[in-house]
Amino acid sequence: PALAGKYGLGRPATPDEIAAWNKDVRPDGTGLPEGSGSVEDGEMIFAENCAVCHGDFAEGVGNWPKLAGGQDTLDHQDPLKTVGSYWPYLSTTWDYVNRSMPFGNAQTLSPDEVYAIVAYILYSNDLVDDEFVLSKENFLEVEMPNADGFIIDDRLEAEAHFWNPEPCMENCKESVEITMRAAVLDVTPQEEGTEEAAAEPAATEEAAPVEAAA
Amino acid sequence: MTDKSGPSTTRRGFMKAGLAAGGAVAAGGAAHAAGDPLITEVQEWASITGEGVDATPYGLPIRFESDVVRRNVEWLTADTISSINFTPIHALDGTITPQGCAFERHHSGAIELSKDDYRLMINGLVDTPLVFTYEDLERFPRENRVYFCECAANTGMEWAGAQLNGAQFTHGMIHNMEYTGIPLRTILEEAGIQAGAKWIYVEGADASSNGRSIPLEKALDDVMIAFKANGEALRKEHGYPVRLVVPGWEGNMWVKWLRRVEVTDAPVESREETSKYTDTLADGTSRKWTWEMDAKSVITSPSPQSPIKHGPGPLVITGLAWSGRGTIPRVDVTTDGGKTWHKARMDGVSLNKALHRFYLEIEWDGSEMFLQSRAHDSTGYVQPTKAQLREVRGLNSIYHNNCIQTWWVKSNGEAENVEIS
Repeated sequence: PALAGKYGLGRPATPDEIAAWNKDVRPDGTGLPEGSGSVEDGEMIFAENCAVCHGDFAEGVGNWPKLAGGQDTLDHQDPLKTVGSYWPYLSTTWDYVNRSMPFGNAQTLSPDEVYAIVAYILYSNDLVDDEFVLSKENFLEVEMPNADGFIIDDRLEAEAHFWNPEPCMENCKESVEITMRAAVLDVTPQEEGTEEAAAEPAATEEAAPVEAAA
Repeated sequence: MTDKSGPSTTRRGFMKAGLAAGGAVAAGGAAHAAGDPLITEVQEWASITGEGVDATPYGLPIRFESDVVRRNVEWLTADTISSINFTPIHALDGTITPQGCAFERHHSGAIELSKDDYRLMINGLVDTPLVFTYEDLERFPRENRVYFCECAANTGMEWAGAQLNGAQFTHGMIHNMEYTGIPLRTILEEAGIQAGAKWIYVEGADASSNGRSIPLEKALDDVMIAFKANGEALRKEHGYPVRLVVPGWEGNMWVKWLRRVEVTDAPVESREETSKYTDTLADGTSRKWTWEMDAKSVITSPSPQSPIKHGPGPLVITGLAWSGRGTIPRVDVTTDGGKTWHKARMDGVSLNKALHRFYLEIEWDGSEMFLQSRAHDSTGYVQPTKAQLREVRGLNSIYHNNCIQTWWVKSNGEAENVEIS
């Protein structure tokens, strides 16, 4: 222990306080509460709490996230990344649903309800059968298809050639041709008062979904 | 007070003069036999009085600057709650981003959390799990640092091609502020880090929580717990009253409304570091923990939203450069699409992991240009082209697009986002 109590500020957290906020679940199951839930129960709970955005079969409604499908599309031009096709750990599904879903009404599900919803998402991805019951005990037995699909940031090796402090300064290329124009795609919102119509949302499927953060 | 009921003679004169100046090449204002009426006629503001000091306890920009605002792009996301907007970088200069137009990214909206209701918990592999109030945090020794916060997805819509027409939209998921706060190290040491600690997990007070894992080495290095930005309290939408500042690293990790820091022996592999903020390569495998934001730059003017209106002659080309790995000693600018490059003039102080302003002053002859900028950082990294990035990563990375941007400036001064060979 290094320099504990250096300024004497703050106060000890109580066990109840820690239990209330410390809810993260790790890939090895650390943090999972007691409980269980079936695909059958999950289907009903999902229909009531989730399907309005994510679809009856977790296939997604409109622009809302698809939770199922997309297996073997990750090397395609437009990969479909879902719990089944992309997510490496089931713990993340449990943790995220428990803490942050349903959208707009988070932290309202009981542990058993979360187990049931996660079981239903697995079923929707054809990873378990309709008799399946997910519990704290069998949680780590579920195999996620893309568990081995991730590598740790390798830019320092794979992109070592970008460390090139003496790039070309003169006579670097013969000709310059335009190969793509944003104005042709025309999906940029227009400034108020311009004559052009507002951008059509037609490019949703072509465009990468925004995955951003402040 | 100023009469706003209708245009006065002087107001009409002002508008006329303004229009003339906008189109004229001649220096020094409108040509007029007797001289510029803005000079030769006594203007309203030179005669009557302006507003009193009690009119504006906290001011907003003058109305003529109403275009310098955040913009959003509706089709990008399913709703506006878990969404993004963009900083008007095309209209700003210098390096400090005004907080009121600095971009926002929320996953469950901008929440309202008072200082009284604020609590910060430190738990996990510590000697004493602690709870701090906001007042507690202000009693630790403070530091002030300037850093950029760039969303991992900045320029992400441009992977597949030239899509959005304006620097605000292609490069505006960024802001740069002077933060006041305390080193995260101070708080961790207050709780007492135990043996075996290797990571921290940080989360916000909002419904999305935005939990992320950060290696302990970074946490003890330069991560800050910030409560002020650009001299005043954080804005609600930027994490009031307390956010994490993670210098050089992707914006998602700058957890807002910070409520908990857990010291752990392993990463949590939360949703925001598995499903999101992982970068899929062409072969279908994905990089995870791509934390650093690599060296990048963009010309902010001229640009599609900031066309040349003054005709040929002296032209100021300017832009921003930054790197999550260090400072920016040099930016190269080309006007011919990369055939010939010129070293730009770096202006102002050079701060680590912060925005840098560059200029290239040229004599524009009125012919079309293909403008690009190319940043060099203090580690020797040189900003790559989009083709170079695609060669390594393919088209589906979503995040970390730091490619060289091209603006096609036409002879009429308008500019467009293009890709070129």
